[in-house]
Amino acid sequence: MSKKEYTTEMGKTLAQKIWEDHVVRSAEGEPDLLYIDLQLIHEVTSAQAFDGLRLAGRKVRRPDLTIATEDHNTPTIDILKPIADPVSKLQIDTLRNNAKEFGIRIHSLGDADQGVVHVVGPQLGITQPGMTIVCGDSHTSTHGAFGAIAFGIGTSEVEHVLATQTLPSNRPKTMAINVEGTLKAGVTAKDIILAIIAKIGTGGGQGYIIEYRGSAIRALSMEGRMTICNMSIEAGARAGLIAPDQTTFDYIKGKPHAPEDWDAALAYWKSLYTDADAAFDVEINLDADELEPFVTWGTNPGQGLPLNAAVPNPADIADAEERGAAERALQYMGLEAGTPLKKIAIDTVFLGSCTNGRIEDLRAAASVIEGKKIAPKLRMLVVPGSERVRQQAMKEGLDKVFLDFGAEWRNAGCSMCLGMNPDQLAVGERSASTSNRNFEGRQGKGGRTHLVSPLVAAATAIRGTLSSPADL
Amino acid sequence: MEKFIKHVGSGVPLRRSNVDTDQIIPAVYLKRVTRSGFEDGLFSAWRNDPDFVLNQEAFKKGTILVAGPEFGTGSSREHAVWALQNYGFKVVISSRFADIFRGNSLKSGLLTVVLPQESVESLWVAIEANPNLEITVDLDSRTVSYSEVTVAFALDDYTRWRLMEGLDDIGLTLKQTDFIDAFEAKRPAYKPKTLPIRI
Repeated sequence: MSKKEYTTEMGKTLAQKIWEDHVVRSAEGEPDLLYIDLQLIHEVTSAQAFDGLRLAGRKVRRPDLTIATEDHNTPTIDILKPIADPVSKLQIDTLRNNAKEFGIRIHSLGDADQGVVHVVGPQLGITQPGMTIVCGDSHTSTHGAFGAIAFGIGTSEVEHVLATQTLPSNRPKTMAINVEGTLKAGVTAKDIILAIIAKIGTGGGQGYIIEYRGSAIRALSMEGRMTICNMSIEAGARAGLIAPDQTTFDYIKGKPHAPEDWDAALAYWKSLYTDADAAFDVEINLDADELEPFVTWGTNPGQGLPLNAAVPNPADIADAEERGAAERALQYMGLEAGTPLKKIAIDTVFLGSCTNGRIEDLRAAASVIEGKKIAPKLRMLVVPGSERVRQQAMKEGLDKVFLDFGAEWRNAGCSMCLGMNPDQLAVGERSASTSNRNFEGRQGKGGRTHLVSPLVAAATAIRGTLSSPADL
Repeated sequence: MEKFIKHVGSGVPLRRSNVDTDQIIPAVYLKRVTRSGFEDGLFSAWRNDPDFVLNQEAFKKGTILVAGPEFGTGSSREHAVWALQNYGFKVVISSRFADIFRGNSLKSGLLTVVLPQESVESLWVAIEANPNLEITVDLDSRTVSYSEVTVAFALDDYTRWRLMEGLDDIGLTLKQTDFIDAFEAKRPAYKPKTLPIRI
């Protein structure tokens, strides 16, 4: 076995260390053959991969490093009835049949560990530091919060990993994003990542693995770190990660798949940090003290501003390409330049997704709305990230808080984040959404999306216009 | 996979940046369990607009999509590649592609060519002046040429070889099974397994 070694005397970044630990074979002029520790599977990007295996007479090399759940296309009401849409039903049935045929563990609708695939992995404790993790979903970057290299792949690569447990991959460059300081009250992990994407753009991370560093990152909970890493892809990055620390170890301890040989695992995990003398290809700095609640006004996640700002005037944008994009975005979003963002009226609030559908997100929103009433004519959908999150929330009485407020309390899934199931915006309908993409039509054809944190989502549901808890 | 050596066809100018995969094919079209039939979802939100470039008679025969920067951002759905291929596109040209989309396209035999933005602009102008303009994309020489113009593009030798030979990536990796076996033999025991199930 030959491993590519760095020729410099310098230390290594966290990403370089994990990468090198997974190189199965390295040859001049070829991509590294990378070993994959875990593949997560869902219904939308796997059917054609299993078909490919069948056609070629291949089997799944490591069913014990593979796990499936149903999330993208599943209903969030009446989940135990047959799925109404026959095409959706076929896709779910196909996953169930493939899991059975190839001996893969699956968590189906109704199971405690069903839910958004990126919520399920961490809650089971199978997402751990130093791993390589893939899934046919771009938000696989979420798992980087544990100090893992985790990235989204297409269906051809899903098939490749099923058959070989490896992936030929070109080594990405490394970028450090240093967030130093202390967040103000009401400013969250979501605001940090929206501010980062606004700063570096939707292509700013292209070709890089981002390592998020600094005191503001260290101070975040695991769930906050997952929110940050989740949206790395919205900056175009291959992956995003955060070095594991005591917060990480405490989170994994006691989870169902926490290592039995804890000490051996811990010893390895503690070696996973960027050496003091390592060099990143690029470094970017962000001052946490300066950050405000952030929202998007346009049709890509880089088109965001602090909530106190106004809709930008495209005429003020120097770059012609960006100016054109802003003009189109304002037209699609039905917004006038100069309008204060806080004056924008919202029809629907969506609380959920792999970005912000975990228990802390539900708690944060519930703390804002408790004892209050939803704005007239506004609808609010609360979709827990997993069935386990839903059960935990119900144990804490959060379901009652949301229902008393006037929100809908749903079952787990991707839901309105991508509008693949019936949870969609109507043409012209405007949402404040805790999800990750404000693309044209993302939440339903003609729908208009503003990306926000759970705190802003909650305050907005009370006031009916984009708001933060400080406005209440 | 079909071999890709050279393609000669006409172009379709898509003057938009940040065309994400939700715009290439929205999620509601992703429910099929086959690799075919996705052309009906291609750019579906824009297909209702009679002025949209794919609805213009002059560009109906185009097989080379020439798009603005940051093409294919967002979701990892390979359905975006299949939708373009199912519609009849063989090549997409842009000054910047999102990583996952690019990877998917090159695995599926849709050639994604990166040209400088100035070259993309010139190509747009040339196609709009003459929609029947013959464009040659030659993977052997790694060039795009039309009229008197020839522009070189970069593509790593390995990917080029794989595309030109039409090789099955999985088949190539399975030849390295000894390396995979050896790697697995050394993997630490504390690495997590999904089976047997622990609750």
